Amino acid sequence: MNMPLAKSDMSASIPAAPAAPATAKVLALPSRQTPFNARMLAALGRFATAVLPPLVMLLLLLTVWEILCSRPGATLPAPSKIWTEAHDLIVDPFFRNGPQDIGLGWRVLISLQRVAIGYGFAALIGIALGTLIGQSVWAMRGLDPIFQVLRTISPLAWLPISLAAFRDSQPSAIFVIFITAVWPIIINTAVGIRNIPQDYRNVAAVLKLNHLEFFYKIMIPSAAPYIFTGLRIGIGLSWLAIVAAEMLTGGVGIGFFICDAWNSLRLPYIVVALVYIGVIGFVLDRLVAAIAGIITRGTSVS
Amino acid sequence: MRPFCKIDHVDKVFTRGSTSTRVLKDITFEVTKGEYVSLIGHSGCGKSTLLNIVAGLTNATTGGVLIDGVEVNEPGPDRAVVFQNHSLLPWLTVYENVRLAVDKVFGKGKSRAERDEWTLHNLELVQMTHARDKRPSEVSGGMKQRVGIARALAMEPKVLLLDEPFGALDALTRARLQDTVMALHQKLGNTVMMITHDVDEAVLLSDRIIMMTNGPDAEIGEILTMPMARPRKRLELVSDAAFLACRQRVLEFLYERHRFVEAAA
Ligand SMILES: Nc1ncnc2c1ncn2[C@@H]1O[C@H](COP(=O)(O)OP(=O)(O)OP(=O)(O)O)[C@@H](O)[C@H]1O
Ligand SMILES: [Mg+2]
Repeated sequence: MNMPLAKSDMSASIPAAPAAPATAKVLALPSRQTPFNARMLAALGRFATAVLPPLVMLLLLLTVWEILCSRPGATLPAPSKIWTEAHDLIVDPFFRNGPQDIGLGWRVLISLQRVAIGYGFAALIGIALGTLIGQSVWAMRGLDPIFQVLRTISPLAWLPISLAAFRDSQPSAIFVIFITAVWPIIINTAVGIRNIPQDYRNVAAVLKLNHLEFFYKIMIPSAAPYIFTGLRIGIGLSWLAIVAAEMLTGGVGIGFFICDAWNSLRLPYIVVALVYIGVIGFVLDRLVAAIAGIITRGTSVS
Repeated sequence: MRPFCKIDHVDKVFTRGSTSTRVLKDITFEVTKGEYVSLIGHSGCGKSTLLNIVAGLTNATTGGVLIDGVEVNEPGPDRAVVFQNHSLLPWLTVYENVRLAVDKVFGKGKSRAERDEWTLHNLELVQMTHARDKRPSEVSGGMKQRVGIARALAMEPKVLLLDEPFGALDALTRARLQDTVMALHQKLGNTVMMITHDVDEAVLLSDRIIMMTNGPDAEIGEILTMPMARPRKRLELVSDAAFLACRQRVLEFLYERHRFVEAAA
């Protein structure tokens, strides 16, 4: 029963396999290196410790799920039923049968595009406002309490307001993303700017850096770890919000797909969509974390 | 001869709420060009405050500082500071940290190639060229301090200000760095003002030692001139009569006449 899923897991591990010999070949050149086999084994071991436990757990959960939902009278579909009923959806993410009948890959891309725009604005404006608040005592005193109140408002509560303002679902969804993601970015940036060590300010003062130089040579790099914390929280919230917003505003995104599937009572479709959402959310988070890791290299160590 | 650096009746009062304390009281002294002057005194007496006033990072409450005839009222690269905790920017490499200063100070005067050369030259002075592409977190404390010194020297300051530059280092690293600084002073003839807690360090490196009384209301207690000829050799000085006498004098000042009163702190 679980075979298909297990098979897809195996195919996922295949790309990793050719990668291992390639690295080993490069490292084998210096003579003092540990032998090829030992390195292979070590890499394999590391791979196994990282991948095996979640894999085993997943299989276990699927089995439990299968058992629970295969009983007569079960309200939710079992994994096997999902596989048979939503087969098209799972095997081909990029089919196009009509304007409303498209693969989940396309839908995710459409949602991602909205997130990209909303989140992009949130990042720009959030960092700019955060810098202002972190810099100026008066801006902080004036704006911080307001932001602290605004940030507790659920993203969906903004939706009617933005629908009324924009009179169109597309910009409304984007606005909801923006308004959801912007608060953690503002607040974390402000904290980062406020925490710039006096030492760095002194260095800048002795060197007579002007405002612009201070901004991009001291402020941004020094606050970067904080800014990226905000960006990472923001991307997570955006992804949470887009699904909810699309369920309400319609369109062709992944959120609307869930709404649509619910209306036609196709539960297996919904489960497949949930897996997509989860995986994409995870990838987005890791992506921002990876970018942060590259850019703030060295900064966080001090 | 006109004094190169003049600290003129400097008072500093810190006010917090309704209480105000006068940390420095009527500090007046002069430093001639190429002189190496140390400030010594117990913790909290206001040495850093005084150095920051010279650097322009803090303003004096009354009185002022003249460098080469010009009054100090803001920080600038002509008064480069080496801070106690190195203050290198952790996201820049060793080279980039020095280069930032070079670009800022000589951005107009020197070509790109000249600035590169000048950066490397200053790293060479402190023997740090080998680590030019490392980040501060990847080099030792002593090396960081060397880079801090290179950065300050690269600005070609009129006065080099050192705030406990070797305070955080172990004894051996400290001694090596003291030798480096001594050699650089010999070679470049910088005017240096250094804060230290270490009597031997002060006597070894300085032309004059300015001893401060305990705060609040810290004043100059005594100024001692070191007569030993330069270049000085650490090992030879250990048995040098003048060195021992100076050392004795500073120790007496610090531990007898102005004993640090714990209760007052
Ligand atoms: N910004 C400030 N506001 C209020 N008081 C201050 C401020 N900066 C320093 N002081 C006080 O001034 C006094 C002198 O401080 P300073 O840092 O100059 O001492 P120091 O001689 O450098 O001490 P140390 O040897 O420990 O570095 C201290 O009592 C300190 O509490
Ligand atoms: Mg100090």
